[in-house]
Amino acid sequence: MNSAHLAWPCRPGHAVVAVVLVLVSFCQGVASGAEQVSIGSKSFTESVVLGEMLHLLAADAGAQADHLRQMGGTRILWEALLSGEIDAYPEYTGTLIQEILKGQVVDGKDELREALAVHGLRMGPELGFNNSYAIGMRRERAAQLGLRDISDLRELPDLALGFGNEFLDRADGWRGLQQHYSLPQADVRGMDHDLAYRGLASGALDATDLYTTDAEIAFYGLVALADDRDYFPTYQAVILYRADLQDRSPEVVTAFSRLAGRIDAAAMSAMNARVKLEGVAESRVAADFLAAELDVQAQLVGRSAWAGFWRNTREHLALVGISLSAAILFAVPLGVAASRSQAAGRLILSVAGILQTIPSLALFVFMIPLLGIGGPPAIAALFLYSLLPIVQNTHAGLEDIPSPIVESAAALGLPGRARLRLVELPLATRSILAGIKTSAVINVGTATLAALIGAGGYGQPILTGIRLADTGLILQGAVPAAALALIVQGGFGVIERRLLPAAAMDTKAG
Amino acid sequence: MVALASIGDGLSRCLTTPPVEATAAFQQNAAMLHLRDISKSYDGQPALSPTDLHIASGSTTVLIGPSGCGKSTLLRLIVGLVRPDSGTVTFRGEPMSAQNILLARQRMGYVIQEGGLFPHMRVRDNVILMARYLRRDTGWIEARLEELTDLVHLSMHLMDRYPSELSGGQRQRVSLMRALMLDPELLLLDEPLGALDPMIRYQLQQELRAIFAGLGKTVVMVTHDIAEAAFFADKLVLLRSGRIVQQGSIAELARSPADSFVTEFINAQRGPFEALGEVLA
Ligand SMILES: Nc1ncnc2c1ncn2[C@@H]1O[C@H](COP(=O)(O)OP(=O)(O)O)[C@@H](O)[C@H]1O
Ligand SMILES: [Mg+2]
Repeated sequence: MNSAHLAWPCRPGHAVVAVVLVLVSFCQGVASGAEQVSIGSKSFTESVVLGEMLHLLAADAGAQADHLRQMGGTRILWEALLSGEIDAYPEYTGTLIQEILKGQVVDGKDELREALAVHGLRMGPELGFNNSYAIGMRRERAAQLGLRDISDLRELPDLALGFGNEFLDRADGWRGLQQHYSLPQADVRGMDHDLAYRGLASGALDATDLYTTDAEIAFYGLVALADDRDYFPTYQAVILYRADLQDRSPEVVTAFSRLAGRIDAAAMSAMNARVKLEGVAESRVAADFLAAELDVQAQLVGRSAWAGFWRNTREHLALVGISLSAAILFAVPLGVAASRSQAAGRLILSVAGILQTIPSLALFVFMIPLLGIGGPPAIAALFLYSLLPIVQNTHAGLEDIPSPIVESAAALGLPGRARLRLVELPLATRSILAGIKTSAVINVGTATLAALIGAGGYGQPILTGIRLADTGLILQGAVPAAALALIVQGGFGVIERRLLPAAAMDTKAG
Repeated sequence: MVALASIGDGLSRCLTTPPVEATAAFQQNAAMLHLRDISKSYDGQPALSPTDLHIASGSTTVLIGPSGCGKSTLLRLIVGLVRPDSGTVTFRGEPMSAQNILLARQRMGYVIQEGGLFPHMRVRDNVILMARYLRRDTGWIEARLEELTDLVHLSMHLMDRYPSELSGGQRQRVSLMRALMLDPELLLLDEPLGALDPMIRYQLQQELRAIFAGLGKTVVMVTHDIAEAAFFADKLVLLRSGRIVQQGSIAELARSPADSFVTEFINAQRGPFEALGEVLA
């Protein structure tokens, strides 16, 4: 008996189990730790800078702090805070009222505090700036037309306005503003927001929407027209934290409160500009601010580019390795079951097929209520995503075995399990391997999205690169991810040639 | 026609059903295989109508009939690859069931037209797979392998090849080796020579008959070639549309056909074969 064929179904199985156990324990080791304070931040520069400040303040106050950077959007941060995944993150009052507590009538700060207390959360003092929508123009253009307030726009119906698509579409964006101020402008275009800035710079546009702390305000020499009729809701920056943090680490809460009223819009805009336009690290910008304003000398742990690369590589390999191994362990038996009974086959294949139709990003987000954020939900999503190709190919590989071969094995008197192990699985190996290869390649690519829910990996530099419009940073994630996919593909080619001599796979010549 | 067919049916019952008072000892000695009232339909179409068949120990029985008449189905029912809709198969005095079929199969050897060799295993591994699985002694396995290689006139160096590296005739010899490995009492052969070219086929016919005669095994063989059937058979079983039309020696079928189909079937293939003439003489 050719031992390679006999041993096939058991040897890799053991190895896979071992790998999964090692990786799982590794992940748990990283995730646990008793007296930790975890800070979260959303996927945009300002939030990351503020998150860095909280991180450095908490560390300065003696906590074992860490910062889950750019975890995602508001929903993700909110859920993470509720579940205790993180203890604090920077938020805006407008976002809390308009988005999170939507449907509740919340009037004034006290009511907001009450509404948050219901969820076991507290809101720290305001940081000092209002990051709201505004209408911005180039300083000279505004001076030339004599514009100071949004009301002044009523006199100039021929102004060329260009807005970010979101602002144009939102009911509380341009449409509401136009009604509120009775603005007459008809020449209004929707566009990518970056293009709108360039349009302003080139003179093709007169005004656009902006956030009051945008880095571009300084860069393009813009001025925000005053919202003289109070149309835009205020988005005061605040620190949102879990009520239990007060008991666990009162020093940390005290340290946070030192930021009260210390950051105005100009300071925030300048910090954003340092990160986005000068490429200074968020941690550096945050540390400089704390040193200058609060006399906090933060210890910055220098992270070399290589250390970052290895960390991303480790995380990415763990995501792919665990999810793919688990998928193999589940999908091959499922594929076998599907080929054993027609009814089971239809059920299994259609469920796996439906999973595949869920957009991968949505699948990641669906996992958050179930498993929180970070590695586990990302691995679960990748696992589900990897099932179909393996199930399908296992099923097809078994179905394609010519019936004389299947019958001959049965006629020898081999029991079903032995037939599967000795004859059917080895003959389906080529197809199963092809399925695993497909899954692995998809998995390596899809795992870059895991960074969106705080699981790290090669998606981390891609995400940061997109946020900072830094192509180099994007490539630092995209190139290794593509290389890994190629390596995986090549590796499976080698395994295939080793495991399956050409003559041995010629099923036609039974 | 109808009358004739039913006479033929009745005749075949008389010939095949042992006396009711037969003892167990008699059954063990005389009846290797006994099919009682066995039938099988696919999607409501009967592939085999309720049929009785008695196979005596040490005999060579040939199932013959036009394509699609149920020959392979009958063989599959015997080896349990197909579950019967009705009836029982009794092998060596024991009714077959899901519990004992695996053991029974180890005492049967089954060879099919396409050989059914496992393409991912070397020839040697194909032959000894079951013996290995049953953890037979390695020395015994080696000895048996050499013995069978001699028997089917293959050279040992072919044992390390893959099936795809053999000729059609060599593959059928290997298939036979695999079937004989555990020294079964019953050999079931489904058109074992059907895919071979005439020269090889003729040569293997000669060898196979010598092998059967030497081993003294019970053989049930399927063919659609009347000359081949006559060459091998102690008893022919002629089927048509899932029914046994007549059984007996070729001489009996030729001299007293149960109905005109028997004569037609024999005559259709009669002309060119000298072997047939010899047997009939
Ligand atoms: N697995 C199957 N599914 C459906 N019909 C079948 C199957 N196997 C055999 N049959 C049908 O049963 C009949 C007898 O087939 P078979 O026993 O293979 O004939 P033979 O071997 O005499 O040529 C044929 O009509 C065939 O089409
Ligand atoms: Mg047939």
